[in-house]
Amino acid sequence: MPHFGLFLKRALGMAALGLTLAVPGLAQAQQAPANTLDAVRARGQLICGVNTGLAGFAQPDSQGVWRGFDVDYCRAISAAIFGDPNKVRYVPTTAQVRFTALQSGEVDVLARNTTWTLSRDTALGLDFAATNFYDGQGFMVKTALGVKSAKELEGATICVQPGTTTEQNLSDWARANRIRFTPVVIERLEELVAAFVAGRCDAYTTDVSGLAATRSAQPKPDDYLILPEVISKEPLAVGVRQGDARFADIVRWTHYLLLSAEEFGITQANLDRMANDPRPEVQRMLGKNGELGKMLGLDNLWAVNVLKAVGNYGEVFDRSLKPIGIQRGPNALWTTTGGLQYSPPFR
Amino acid sequence: MSDITLNASAKVAEAAPRSAPISQVGFVGWMRANLFSGWLSTAVTLLLAYLIVRWAIGFVDWAFINAVWSVPNNQTQACRDLRGTGACWAVITEKHRFILFGTYPYEEHWRPALCIALFVGLYIVSAMRRFWRKELALIWVGVLTLIGVLMWGGVLGLTYVPQERWGGLVITLILATFGLALAFPLAILVALGRRSKLPAIKALCVIYVELIRGVPLISLLFMASVMFPLFLPEGMNIDKLLRAQIAIILFAGAYLAEVVRGGLQSLSKGQYEAADALGLSYWQKTGFIILPQALRLVIPPLVNTFIGFFKDTSLVLIIGIFDLLTAGKTAIIEPAWQGFGIEVYLTVGAIYFIFCFAMSKYSQGLEAELNRHRAR
Amino acid sequence: MSQTTIDPRSLRAPPRRPLRLSWSDERVRAIVWQILVVGIVGAIVWWLWSNTVHNLEVRRIATGFGFLGREAGLPIAENLIPYSPTDTYFRALLIGLLNTLKVAIVGIVLATIFGTLIGIARLSKNWLLSKIAGVYIEVIRDLPLLLQLLFWYAILQGLPGPRQALHPVGGVFLSNRGLKLPWIEWQDAHSYALLAFALGALFTWFYRRDAIRKRILDGKPRPVWPVALGCLLVLPVAIWAAAGAPWTVDWPELRGFNFRGGLNMSPEYFALLLGLTTYTAGFIAEIVRAGILAVPHGQWEAAQALGLRSGQVLKQVVLPQALRVIIPPMTSQYLNITKNSSLAVAIGYQDIVSIANTTLNQTGQAIEGIAIIMLVYLSISLSISLFMNWYNARIALVER
Repeated sequence: MPHFGLFLKRALGMAALGLTLAVPGLAQAQQAPANTLDAVRARGQLICGVNTGLAGFAQPDSQGVWRGFDVDYCRAISAAIFGDPNKVRYVPTTAQVRFTALQSGEVDVLARNTTWTLSRDTALGLDFAATNFYDGQGFMVKTALGVKSAKELEGATICVQPGTTTEQNLSDWARANRIRFTPVVIERLEELVAAFVAGRCDAYTTDVSGLAATRSAQPKPDDYLILPEVISKEPLAVGVRQGDARFADIVRWTHYLLLSAEEFGITQANLDRMANDPRPEVQRMLGKNGELGKMLGLDNLWAVNVLKAVGNYGEVFDRSLKPIGIQRGPNALWTTTGGLQYSPPFR
Repeated sequence: MSDITLNASAKVAEAAPRSAPISQVGFVGWMRANLFSGWLSTAVTLLLAYLIVRWAIGFVDWAFINAVWSVPNNQTQACRDLRGTGACWAVITEKHRFILFGTYPYEEHWRPALCIALFVGLYIVSAMRRFWRKELALIWVGVLTLIGVLMWGGVLGLTYVPQERWGGLVITLILATFGLALAFPLAILVALGRRSKLPAIKALCVIYVELIRGVPLISLLFMASVMFPLFLPEGMNIDKLLRAQIAIILFAGAYLAEVVRGGLQSLSKGQYEAADALGLSYWQKTGFIILPQALRLVIPPLVNTFIGFFKDTSLVLIIGIFDLLTAGKTAIIEPAWQGFGIEVYLTVGAIYFIFCFAMSKYSQGLEAELNRHRAR
Repeated sequence: MSQTTIDPRSLRAPPRRPLRLSWSDERVRAIVWQILVVGIVGAIVWWLWSNTVHNLEVRRIATGFGFLGREAGLPIAENLIPYSPTDTYFRALLIGLLNTLKVAIVGIVLATIFGTLIGIARLSKNWLLSKIAGVYIEVIRDLPLLLQLLFWYAILQGLPGPRQALHPVGGVFLSNRGLKLPWIEWQDAHSYALLAFALGALFTWFYRRDAIRKRILDGKPRPVWPVALGCLLVLPVAIWAAAGAPWTVDWPELRGFNFRGGLNMSPEYFALLLGLTTYTAGFIAEIVRAGILAVPHGQWEAAQALGLRSGQVLKQVVLPQALRVIIPPMTSQYLNITKNSSLAVAIGYQDIVSIANTTLNQTGQAIEGIAIIMLVYLSISLSISLFMNWYNARIALVER
């Protein structure tokens, strides 16, 4: 009996000790996320949380290379920090883990069609740096159903992704319009779409951009109809950890840079010529004049690097979203066509 | 003797040794005894036979005769025209490498394939009784290291493949095998702890085992994927696969501990007393006398528990890790291939079945063998 | 370290001496090692805890269960008690718990029946039946449950739409919206009748127990069936008739997009129930088979020698004995069915895990959400364990 305890303790103690030593050993130590910029620089890589696969926004192509609208934002931020758009590691995040992934420092920035809401901004430990896409929630039905308006959906079965603002908007809208519906909630977007296509639901609701992406991916897009009603505001924003204003500034101004570049007509192709553009704001933006880049804690030529990598906002949009049938709509520039995208001055 | 026989056969023909009636022996007899022993049995047999034949014909029609085996570049119209009358095996022809290896770089697929072969080899070697000795642990360490090197690469001219791109069958095997390899020592310690006479140790082990066994694996996996990052100090981060692996180890540890405890309990008290009488210390007693006997006893239930984990690793689908089942599901996301779930699930099911069935048969054989040994 | 048990070693042990503060005193060593281990485990827990608290603080994540009182806003397809998206998270979680219990309890009943039948079929003298049962058990146990659930769900999704629903019998519709059955319109009279039935069942049970006790005393048989008939059939029917005998059948019919009226079984629930039942039945069949085989052959022969019919042998002699072997592993199967019902989240049935998952997603309260899931399952597991232990103790009492 004496040895009983002794050795058991020793064994358990050693196991516990081993565990304490092993866990940090297995973990990749990173620098404190309180200063994300330094951590990213020290790591030599930006970790970007993206969607698990949404056509147009973030999707690995057949070679496994990530492409899409949100992915271009990751590339732009990487170019701003490192001067190289490829120093990014993409972490696909589900709707469920996206916030914890950001909170815990698993990702540095969340570019993953996330709607900016008050409760998310305050209670979830993240800051929204910039709205890169203004969206709204809509419905899609099969053309064969003969429905022309969302108001006709009384009694329908509707496919909706749980845990998103979409779900709550749907409830609010149905209540306001006295429409009864049966929800079908499936966590994974792909399975939800599969259920809709299989006819499990009469209608499928998500952001209009997502509907367009899904529709265009179908073998016969004309079999599906996006209803005209848009029932909510969905400002999709890029998120960073709360309390890191410096990094939030970098993300925010990277977005504004893309907008301003479009405003001034700077494109990936004419970037070199534009470097000699006489307009003062262009000169400041591209680092010919002043120290705007240094003020952000970046290289003064950051803007050139970003635009060389991804082009301006319009180019980013046209590259990824236009092919799947999404119009500029509210995402047009305020200065030119009265859209919502608006950049503060580079001064 | 010959004349007696002769006489007998000449006198009474009935006395000659007769074979049993044809209706009692041979195939017919067997049928009568086992298939048509009464009106109820006959009815059941006929009904089942009818159902089986009908179902088998339907299945052969669907799976072979009407099936489409391949289609040119994702033109699945031929499959859709079947409208359920035939299987679309073209989805497997097209996606089999994706299902097996996930998003692993295409030209490097030989590496996970080799890993799968190594895993299978490891199982076979571990199953052979002549390898049941201490060196087996070394083989495990060696093979598992080799698998790690193969998968990650970055040395010996192999290109580096980040963990995010691993997927398919090899992830299932990794989760199950590493889970077992690491949960096993934990389970032994916990099982010993639960039988300890020291109240604090015993309480800790009981709490651990009962807590884990009282909740579903999913909740542990959720915890690993959502809560775990909050447990660690700021700036420290553990990879998603590793987090799921830790959850599986903790889960497996609790269940294996109960299996091991069963073995410890079934040993006769005389073994403990004899070891004490020899003046062995606790660790000597446990290591040389108790554990070798107890573990030998619990190998069949251990294999069964392992089969359970092998199947349970499929739950990582819910937290988005790319195992065999997830790969199968992802393969049918592409719009062209949507709606061919049954073909993919049958294929993935066949892979799981091959592994589980082999282990299950092995465990049954082993049990019979061990019981025979004990019965003597 | 109580010394209450009479251990031969403790008899030989020297009389209790005062604790010596020396390493050679085993009790000192035991205490030191226990303190050390508890300390290390405690330190790890404290370390994790303080990290969590620190992380929550630094990341400004709100904590606490205050969110339970907030409006949930999440639609739920299947609810046993009234629910609308304006209700609180607490109520939504309650609906989830009820949905879990709904699938678990029905699953336990069906799996027990189905599993027992297969277990007996496995032991059948009919070779074909026995082989088929064997193949079923082997195949079902060697495939992951999640795969089976997805498989069933894929099959149910492949059914025709509501407008082309399969319509085997009048009032029954099978489509990719689920199974629709006619159902009576529920009124108060039905509730009263049901209550009367429940009370009647309770009374019958007590009466039967009493009758058996008296029969053991004086040997006179007392038939139970007249009382049972009165309590279980006549009384409820009388109450129902007295309340006006309402009888309106609610036929499902296609109106708009979906069927209205009748009893609905959604494809998600149906797939989950089907998967859980068929999977667990495979394990229960093995348990039942092992239990029956564990009854010594002599018991069969003795019962037959007494002139009992084979049905009686099984019911009166073999099963009661087999039950003692069957109950403990059966308990763990019941626990498994309950825990496995959490896989509902993969096919979109809104059980407690699915709703807690959505809740933690909407509110960001990860720790609270997971704590709720674990607490719910621990309580269910504990309840089932306690009940089965009580039942096990009851049937084990016969043994001396």
